[in-house]
Amino acid sequence: MEEMLREYLPILVFLGLAIAIGLVLILAAIVLAVRNPDPEKVSAYECGFNAFDDARMKFDVRFYLVSILFIIFDLEIAMLFPWAVAFQDISMVAFWSMMVFLGVLTIGFAYEWKKGALEWE
Amino acid sequence: MIQADLNIILPEIVLSVFAMSALVGTVYTAKDRAAGLLTWVTAGVLALVALWIGLTGEGVNVAFGGMFHDDAFARFAKVTILLSAAVVLVMSQDYMARRGMLRFEYPVLVTLSAVGMMMMVSAGDLIALYMGLELQSLALYVVASLRRDSMKSTEAGLKYFILGALSSGLLLYGASLIYGFAGTTLFSGIIGAAGDGQAPLGLLFGLVFMIAGLAFKVSAVPFHMWTPDVYEGSPTPVTAFFATAPKVAAMALFARVMHDAFGGVSNDWGQIVSLLAVLSMFLGAIAAIGQTNIKRLMAFSSIAHMGYAMIGLAAGTALGVEAMLIYMAIYVTMNIGTFAFIMSMEKDGKPVTDISALNMYAKREPGRALAMLVLMFSLAGVPPMLGFFAKLGVWRAALDADMVWLVVASAVASAIGAFYYLRIVYYMYFGEEGETLETGRAPVLWVCLMGSAAVMVLGIINLFGIEGAAAAAAATLVN
Repeated sequence: MEEMLREYLPILVFLGLAIAIGLVLILAAIVLAVRNPDPEKVSAYECGFNAFDDARMKFDVRFYLVSILFIIFDLEIAMLFPWAVAFQDISMVAFWSMMVFLGVLTIGFAYEWKKGALEWE
Repeated sequence: MIQADLNIILPEIVLSVFAMSALVGTVYTAKDRAAGLLTWVTAGVLALVALWIGLTGEGVNVAFGGMFHDDAFARFAKVTILLSAAVVLVMSQDYMARRGMLRFEYPVLVTLSAVGMMMMVSAGDLIALYMGLELQSLALYVVASLRRDSMKSTEAGLKYFILGALSSGLLLYGASLIYGFAGTTLFSGIIGAAGDGQAPLGLLFGLVFMIAGLAFKVSAVPFHMWTPDVYEGSPTPVTAFFATAPKVAAMALFARVMHDAFGGVSNDWGQIVSLLAVLSMFLGAIAAIGQTNIKRLMAFSSIAHMGYAMIGLAAGTALGVEAMLIYMAIYVTMNIGTFAFIMSMEKDGKPVTDISALNMYAKREPGRALAMLVLMFSLAGVPPMLGFFAKLGVWRAALDADMVWLVVASAVASAIGAFYYLRIVYYMYFGEEGETLETGRAPVLWVCLMGSAAVMVLGIINLFGIEGAAAAAAATLVN
């Protein structure tokens, strides 16, 4: 335990250093910087033209549905890759576990489709 | 090998397959028209699985290399969870159908969360624990915001989700610390690494984070902030569900993690749990005094009751776990009756949740008022109702473990808490003449209310024999 903690001492030193430098930079900006705010300077910068809308606008919930669907199948692929690479060495149990997993995902997808969550208009 | 494992988790498999086939089958055919029927069928299936587990299960069966335990403790919790979920589904059907919010997803989500809860109470491994917890919670977040067009319901769902994610984060952080210091996620391995008497510092950190995450799920102070808002915002049948089955599951999981993984260092977590218990009891008793919304009031009441149940856990003995299980069973029964009453409170077909609407209720509805009086006395812990014996059980366990101060504190808290329960009784019997409350017509609610009140009176004879089952359950957990 002692030995292991000692190995981490450099990290602790770095952490302290990082915090100290960060604080110094922030404080320096507060203490030393020259400040002459005017409306042009404090307004949001938007590619050269004047800001014409609030940044907090409403999104259609369908964007979220599509992104959630994407994440689910993305993760499915991430899980399929190691399974496929190790396919030679895995047992039948592992094979059928993955099939059941895919089946459960398909059920969710079939539900979402039939429910009309994917229709855009 | 795998065949034996699958046999042990057969009830969970049956329920999952049922939930998935119900989901797909209904969405491709009748959709929401079949929602009422599906709710009744689901309630039947849940009750059947409860009977199956209760009647046929015996001995200690371990599956998947220790990740899943099917023992008397898990079975006791599973039967309580499944039966209360079934009763809540039956109660919800009429209420939701009349307000047009009964969707066929509701029974499916309740089933899935019940599967999650069964997984939780059987977990023998940190990963199995987390999987069960998330399956339960994710289904609950959705049912909390079941009424999508209501501001309060969506707010409840969102609050529950965000705070639930935070607590899952705490729990996972604790779990990863424990894994780092114990070198295994199996409870049977962790208990060896934790040792006897004094846990290593790293494990202690992990333990504290785990307790924080679990305390959120049982809504113990100081992790209770979500409870009143979620209880108030969710549709009343969903609130009834929140107040019953998930609480049992979370409490059972709490006890399992503490005893199975940290049984050797019960002094360490005993202090934390007794602090949580005292804070919960007092906050639940004092904060409820100012509430006029009966759903918020029941939220604080459930916070306080979790405090009393945690006394049993804090004792750290088999007697304590037994008292805790009996407490939870009685608590669930009381809450089902009380929520059956709340669901029948309505005016012009709209649900009413303000307690001043109960003024002089006893004059118009003596039967229901009497049942509610019994339930309120029982919740307050007034002898000779069953609620008093639940408290007596945990007090006995605490005295047995030399925790006199805990007993004194909880007696004071329950005396303070009695005020708001008795105020409801006062309104019903001696309140001013005011606007009249309509009577709900649903016979199911009447049956649940009367049944629960009858249990509170008749149960004092022999607790319907659950004492033996609870003792056996506690004996398998603590040895």
